[in-house]
Amino acid sequence: MNRRMVLYMVGTVIKIEAALMLLPLAVSVIYKESCTKDFLISILIAVAVGFALTLIFKPGSKVIYAKEGFVIVSLAWIALSVIGALPFYISGEIPSYIDAFFETVSGFTTTGASILTDVESMSKGLLFWRSFTHWVGGMGVLVFVMAVLPSVSDRTIHILRAEAPGPVVGKIVPKMKQTARILYVIYIVLTVVMAIFLLAGKMPVFDSIVHALATAGTGGFGIKADSVGSYSPYIQWVLTVFMLIFGVNFNLYYLILLKKIKSVLKNEELIAYIVIVVISSVAITVNIMPMFENLSDSIRHAAFQVATIITTTGYATVDFNQWPTFSKTILLLLMFTGGCAGSTAGGFKMSRVVLLIKKIKRELQKLLHPRSVSVIRMDGKRIDEATMGSLGSYLAIYVLFFCLFVFILGFETFDLESNISVVASCFNNIGPAFGIAGPASSYAMYSPFSKVVLSFAMLLGRLEIFPLILTFSPSTWVKK
Amino acid sequence: MNIIVAGCGKIGKAVIATLCSEGHDVTLLDKNADLINEMTNIYDVIGVCGNCADCETLEEAAIDKAELFICVTGSDEMNMLSCFIAKKMGAKHTVARIRNPEYNDRSLGFMRQQLDLSMSINPELLVAQELYNILKLPSAFKVEYFSRRNLEMIEVKLKNDSPLCGKKLSKLREKQNVEFLIGAVLRGDRVIIPDGSFELAAGDEISIAAAPADMQKLLKGLGILKKQARSVMILGGSKTAYYLSKMLLASGNEVKIIEKDTARCEQLSELLPKAVLIGGDGSQQELLLEEGLRSLDAFVALTGMDEENILISIFASNQNVPKVISKVNRDEMAKMAENLGLDCIVSTKSITSDIILRYTRALNNSLGSSIETLYKIMNGKVEALEFKVLNDSKLLGVPIKDLTIKPGILIAGIIRAGKKTIIPKGDDVILQGDRVIILSAEYRISNLADILR
Repeated sequence: MNRRMVLYMVGTVIKIEAALMLLPLAVSVIYKESCTKDFLISILIAVAVGFALTLIFKPGSKVIYAKEGFVIVSLAWIALSVIGALPFYISGEIPSYIDAFFETVSGFTTTGASILTDVESMSKGLLFWRSFTHWVGGMGVLVFVMAVLPSVSDRTIHILRAEAPGPVVGKIVPKMKQTARILYVIYIVLTVVMAIFLLAGKMPVFDSIVHALATAGTGGFGIKADSVGSYSPYIQWVLTVFMLIFGVNFNLYYLILLKKIKSVLKNEELIAYIVIVVISSVAITVNIMPMFENLSDSIRHAAFQVATIITTTGYATVDFNQWPTFSKTILLLLMFTGGCAGSTAGGFKMSRVVLLIKKIKRELQKLLHPRSVSVIRMDGKRIDEATMGSLGSYLAIYVLFFCLFVFILGFETFDLESNISVVASCFNNIGPAFGIAGPASSYAMYSPFSKVVLSFAMLLGRLEIFPLILTFSPSTWVKK
Repeated sequence: MNIIVAGCGKIGKAVIATLCSEGHDVTLLDKNADLINEMTNIYDVIGVCGNCADCETLEEAAIDKAELFICVTGSDEMNMLSCFIAKKMGAKHTVARIRNPEYNDRSLGFMRQQLDLSMSINPELLVAQELYNILKLPSAFKVEYFSRRNLEMIEVKLKNDSPLCGKKLSKLREKQNVEFLIGAVLRGDRVIIPDGSFELAAGDEISIAAAPADMQKLLKGLGILKKQARSVMILGGSKTAYYLSKMLLASGNEVKIIEKDTARCEQLSELLPKAVLIGGDGSQQELLLEEGLRSLDAFVALTGMDEENILISIFASNQNVPKVISKVNRDEMAKMAENLGLDCIVSTKSITSDIILRYTRALNNSLGSSIETLYKIMNGKVEALEFKVLNDSKLLGVPIKDLTIKPGILIAGIIRAGKKTIIPKGDDVILQGDRVIILSAEYRISNLADILR
């Protein structure tokens, strides 16, 4: 284990975070808010810690292996959240540090689960920081580090693999740095386009920017008590469309830029994603029709809720907690599928679902014809057995952790529906759940211990479990 | 530069490593997904799995945007076909590995023209040439030629009993009546570009540049001349062995080749009527002794197995064979073999990557000067480059002592009018049309003007 390199990278990430906090600082200066000094203090702390780490642990060798990649990513994300919680805590707007930590983890992991009971009273700078964490966490902090810093190491692919979601992670151009830059450029352009669309719908400037940032990261922190319910239908449609756009693999946008439209249209994950969105929206529209006055309202609300859940964003236009069980069940299932691999969405990922179905089909065929040999293909490419094997183990560990978290929340006094949906929501980085933690309420009533556990669940979900487990297993750190 | 490398074998890996260290955008092509995975883990490259002569695979690798396509799969025919298709699909330059002797005769030029190849490389032939050069000058463990053999650069390791130990360079230069230059010294892991007051010590590896005609005289004067090899034993009947034997026989040496496979022996015997072919297992010491190992001038181990080459070479040196050379494919093996006491090791990989390196640098080059040759010497720590001076006004006509050259860079030789070799001193000047040989320890030079501060 190249410990110096690991800590050096963590220090670098903290320095980057200090730089990123300059934006909310600017916002608070513009609105002349009292939290300006709180941001300054937080930035100073981040700079101090960051420089201390990078200076003390200047690595002799920059060689890293898969192991270091996992550890760098997990420690960096934990450090980000610990430091990122400071502005909330120092300003006193979130009095408990655990609450502030939960809020920040929820931000960086693009969950959007909040412990705030009165969002509208928060200062603008902090609200901006909250949504900005979504944007930063969505594409990945270390990917950002790779995009802006001179090449850290030849083997940064290990870091990308550990941070980027999905069963198969690859570069789109030979150089890591270029890949990271292309992804961020696409990300920034889409975010700006979205903000323009929101502004066109007469949304206030601050609201447009904050919502564009939170939607791009598929996070879902709102700045109103009723999430986005009070905005016009046009704005809700814009949000719906852009949530779905940010739930698609970003590599496909690069292919579109290269004018390879054909291979985009043939992408099996994208097809599955669109089919599921359409079917679920139609089913829910029919189911909730009696609750609304006209068809267009029910279509809008159904589509919005489907988009917000499948892309794991977590806005709400209505309190879907009041919806019939059938609709709620569909939404609960969508929580698990999540968006496409390589997007900013969380969840189990559509490509894994598609691959699992293919695997099941093959197993069935094997039962009928024990000697049959068949290769699993996706997008015309062979998926090797190692990937299929790790897919199986990912599913197993995913289910295991899900059960574990439900068990731990069992010590709380809330009903089972709430607990299960809360775990599903945090683990898949969505935000609102059903029952007591529905879109109209918050996570404030959970005990501090449960909040820490749920923070951990969010990190596990965002980093796809393995990096964090490896970081906390002693054998990773043993000197050999 | 956008470069595609097809084939991740031994040579492919070496080429990829070199290109990555030069900062190029490299895409790999190979049939084996595991190999690609392995390479993308180590280097900052992207891989495409598939047949490299298949249009779809090439298209996926964005062949139309490639400035250079290097095909080094195991099969010559595959390499030629892929390069041909790649060129048609828009690759700017193509390089193929063609190593079969049948293609490497007069037909090569024709094929290269018809297939529109920018270059063909034959690692086996290159290795054979290098081996031949060393056998001609056994005092050295590495020999490089510049500008059509107008300047020779050799590397010599100073043993404990070497007469050069403890001598100052300025003293050495005074005593000899031939022009020469000690351009670089490798002491431990450190490279030194020495000046006159530098004192040589045992264990140093030094690089000496001189005109080829003077080299023998110089080595004699320095007291480190070993006599030229006359009778050579080659272990293993590979393609390299064939090329080497052909060169050795042509210059009147005795060659004995030991090869396990009888059919291959017959084949070689047909191709090389003058060579003595022994069908037997060369790893048997008894056989080697019976075939007169002790009375040889030189022993060259060329089997495909690095381990076998190293072990048998150690045995041969213990039998007091004056010159023992072993070929290794893996660079890490070369270092181990050096630790085991073998001083003369030739690596296929580094020879090939030197050529590719020169080629890519030359493509990157601007107008002022062009790279003609590039070698990595001193364990790969120093680059020796030959430039043809076209019209670089900053350098032309200025005495060398007045040029502000970067530290760690040395002008090791100037060839004037294609025949006159000048070992430069402070008053010499560079003129248009000269070929200039530069040693660089730190900087990556792709243009002659780069040597100035």
